[in-house]
Amino acid sequence: MEKEIKKQCDRCFRFDNSKIIWLGIVIVVGILSACSRPIWNSPYPSEDASKNILYNAFAERPKHLDPVQSYSSNEILLTAQIYQPPLQYHYLKRPFTLIPQTTHGMPLVKYIDEIGNESHAEKDITNIAYSIYEISIKPDIRYQPHPAFARNDQGNLRYHALTQKETESIFKLSDFTALGSRELLAEDYAYQIKRLAHPKLHSPIFGLMSEYIVGLKEYAETLRKIADTLPKDTHLDLRDFPLEGVEIVDAFTYRIKIKGKYPQFIYWLAMPFFAPIPWEAERFYSQPGLAEKNITLDWYPVGTGAYMLVENDPNRIMVLERNPYFQGEYYPADGMPEDEESGLLADAGKPLPFIDRVIFSREKENIPRWNKFLQGYYDASGIGSDSFDQAVQLTSHGEATVTEEMQQQGIRLETAVAASTYYMGFNMLDPVVGGRTDQEKAAARKLRQAISIAVDYEEYVSIFANGRGIPAQGPIPPGIMGYREGKEGMNDIVHQWIDGRIKRRSIEEAKKLLAEAGYPDGIDIKTGAPLVLYFDATSRSADDKSILDWMRKQFKKINIQLVVRSTDYNRFQDKMRKGNAQIFEWGWNADYPDPENFFFLLYGPQSKAGNHSGNNAANYDNPEYNQLFERMEKMDNGPERQAIIDQMVEILRYDAPWLWGYHPKDYALYHAWFQNVKPNKMSYNNMKYLRINAELRERKQSEWNQPVLWPIGLAVIILMLSLLPGFIAYRQKERKTEAKQLVG
Amino acid sequence: MLNYIIRRICYAIPILIGVNLITFVLFFMVNTPDDMARMHLGVKYVTDDAIEKWKQDRGYDKPLIYNQTAEGFSKLTQTIFFEKSVAMFVFDFGQADDGRDISHEIKSRMVPSLAIALPVFLLGIWVYISLALMMVFFRMTYIDFWGVVLCVALMSISSLFYIIGGQFLISKIWHLVPISGYGTGLDASKFLLLPVVIGVISSIGANTRWYRTIFLEEMNKEYVRTARAKGLPESTVLFKHVLKNALIPILTGAVVTIPLLFLGSLIAESFFGIPGLGSYTIEAINSQDFAIVRAMVFIGSFLYIIGLILTDISYTLVDPRIRLM
Repeated sequence: MEKEIKKQCDRCFRFDNSKIIWLGIVIVVGILSACSRPIWNSPYPSEDASKNILYNAFAERPKHLDPVQSYSSNEILLTAQIYQPPLQYHYLKRPFTLIPQTTHGMPLVKYIDEIGNESHAEKDITNIAYSIYEISIKPDIRYQPHPAFARNDQGNLRYHALTQKETESIFKLSDFTALGSRELLAEDYAYQIKRLAHPKLHSPIFGLMSEYIVGLKEYAETLRKIADTLPKDTHLDLRDFPLEGVEIVDAFTYRIKIKGKYPQFIYWLAMPFFAPIPWEAERFYSQPGLAEKNITLDWYPVGTGAYMLVENDPNRIMVLERNPYFQGEYYPADGMPEDEESGLLADAGKPLPFIDRVIFSREKENIPRWNKFLQGYYDASGIGSDSFDQAVQLTSHGEATVTEEMQQQGIRLETAVAASTYYMGFNMLDPVVGGRTDQEKAAARKLRQAISIAVDYEEYVSIFANGRGIPAQGPIPPGIMGYREGKEGMNDIVHQWIDGRIKRRSIEEAKKLLAEAGYPDGIDIKTGAPLVLYFDATSRSADDKSILDWMRKQFKKINIQLVVRSTDYNRFQDKMRKGNAQIFEWGWNADYPDPENFFFLLYGPQSKAGNHSGNNAANYDNPEYNQLFERMEKMDNGPERQAIIDQMVEILRYDAPWLWGYHPKDYALYHAWFQNVKPNKMSYNNMKYLRINAELRERKQSEWNQPVLWPIGLAVIILMLSLLPGFIAYRQKERKTEAKQLVG
Repeated sequence: MLNYIIRRICYAIPILIGVNLITFVLFFMVNTPDDMARMHLGVKYVTDDAIEKWKQDRGYDKPLIYNQTAEGFSKLTQTIFFEKSVAMFVFDFGQADDGRDISHEIKSRMVPSLAIALPVFLLGIWVYISLALMMVFFRMTYIDFWGVVLCVALMSISSLFYIIGGQFLISKIWHLVPISGYGTGLDASKFLLLPVVIGVISSIGANTRWYRTIFLEEMNKEYVRTARAKGLPESTVLFKHVLKNALIPILTGAVVTIPLLFLGSLIAESFFGIPGLGSYTIEAINSQDFAIVRAMVFIGSFLYIIGLILTDISYTLVDPRIRLM
């Protein structure tokens, strides 16, 4: 009887087993034969594949899109496409050149004295009490379609008196069905300047601008007092409150009155802080019930630029779309001599923009972002240190180029030196590295010079920045007026010119300087103790440890012991404000391409200790340098200004309040279908010049991303095979139980 | 049972106040309101006056916990702690330092977090219990032995490795699903497949072993021997008796985590570009936004308490002998 059952079960099993195997094979073959051409791993809808869209990634969500508050580069990347300040930088010309954006020409600048007479003696700046910038904007520039401008049949603004019931059914800006637009007016620019002083907006440049724009400081006080008397969240219509320093001449002309002469002000006119804001937008967004749904000007910008923000989900995606009312701007017809050859003038004279949509997807991690770029799903990418060797190789001449693998994919490399500097500073208030008496100061100077030679920034750039940087010879980075190249621009305290190249001075020279400073072989001759210096660092990651180790070794070369005092950024800043640090590391990104923006970092009255808004972290205060700075900052560019700049640079090199560090070089990769790219580290409104060959991209994406289906088949087979022994054992075990029962 | 639940909810209030106080003290020990203002306003051209005004505008110009200048009860109420804490108990989290509404943000981020966490949780429980039952069914055989070895090997690997390895193999080499991203509606499914699969696989080792231990403990009990003596098939013993009796320890671990699923996963969300709540908290810590940190810690504690209450209630459902008094 037991044998009979076993036979039956075996038959059943054999039948079931073979059926399962056949079924599995049919499924696998079915899947594999269904292998077709569509791409499975595209993160975008398939219908968008051939569209004129630029795909980009962003890591950090923008905090502010209101141009009065926004200051970070990741925010300006968006706001610069939407808002139009009066001026902009020429896309192709170098050094950076300001050109009109919404204006007829460059602003007319008039200087007047205390009693209001025009001052013709521009060079005699002591006679200049005020500068007046007269700006005339072009007519027929229109705002993007927006509900703030929508009007009803009676001609009244449609959404400016929303009822509670209406706001309840609104969850995002696109829920407003009616849209409108209007012409850009001079009063919109004036309105935005007033907003710099708005008590609720906390503009990061209010402090600086209130020093220059006539009446801005008092205006802020007036607004604050009025705001205090009103219920919370009441809308302040700034048109009701005049600002002394801003005058509306006519519908398309306005004037800004500046205290004294401040030539750098013109650069601020190319930043979104001075972009127009229509009063209708501010009033529309101030209505109750909208801010709770994040329907604010800070979330949904309103501009006249080439693009408008149509989707704002900063946790996932941000979408810019061509502003249908944008017109009248054309691709530049002139540039640098090499631009013609590199095809950057092929679109000369064509209307802008070229791309219909720009999609920014949030990508917090480098690995997925890099892989998606290689798959063709991002059109451009930066290069992380972990993928640097895969992407870039150096030629025998030391030139960076893409690797063969990248070349095969048609990827090209573009580099640009950033208008930035990363430096190591000495706190000049410190008795050891700064000195108190004249004798101490002279000794401390030699100590700083010795350290300047010992810390090898060429090596630093090579090890920690993959060669992406230029060791600095002074505070001014390349591309900024006053920068000098080659032997002329060499810091001869630290380097010397040998065989047509800059070479760092020897450690022996550094040791000699150290001995002259009173520390022969790193021993303090007064106390007989080894010289110990303190480096206040903000250590963040494991990578920083190797940098700090390297730094210790550099000081060790001249027998100085470097003690690292690592802390968080808040405490570090606190130390800097109190002047308690000894040696520190910091950096500066230029706001505008003028040497003043770097020299002021070492201007005495800007000292950070005791003056929290100062930016002179080294607390360097040299009367001769200060005097030259005060002359230089008010001068127009020219040989005379260059001579003063040279003099200032020489003073700084000799005093060595900073180890000049390096100017970072940005490397970026672009796919073959991405055209008209000219890296520009000063202006951000460049999307309108870019062009995409969507057809080539679609073809390449399809070629590079065909799904590999055999792993699915293999997985099914493995799963079935792995279940098979279990299934057999299960049947056997069950059979035994059944047999026992039958026998029983 | 109702009394029990009400009592537990009442106990939760001092716990939540305590958690809130600890968060507050820890946060402000590291970041002063001045630091927060500087972080928000930037370090380039910020003036002391601007910092003061920023603090005033956001109510950070008051003393932290005790206001010496105030009178009577105001000594406690006119403080940052009191003003920022009271509204939370009615789930009004206010605005983040960048002016955006926290409740709105939490609501919108909860869905993506759940979209991964829920399938991983449900699918995971099913897979882990199935594998554990299979190993128990074949205990003392090579399947059980190699199963345990495999589990130990799997649990020794970092979850980051599963994520990066999965993205590399499945998305980069085989081009089967997108490497990262998130969509809305049905479009989300293609983005969720990989994180869900990786989420389940990365926990197979630890969870299967844990469930196996629970089941084995049950297998040695007398009722199992009785069931076998009655001649019940092994599968009936396992699925009908052992599984049911092992539910209490399983529930202890599983139900308490259900409410916390809303909070999402930090690493997975970051690597897969899922806009969930896990990354929201870390971003807030990095940007020193106390309003968000406080809100997230409060929600975390609240959900944990809810999880514990749910666990207690679920005991009564699976074991009629348990009564909540």
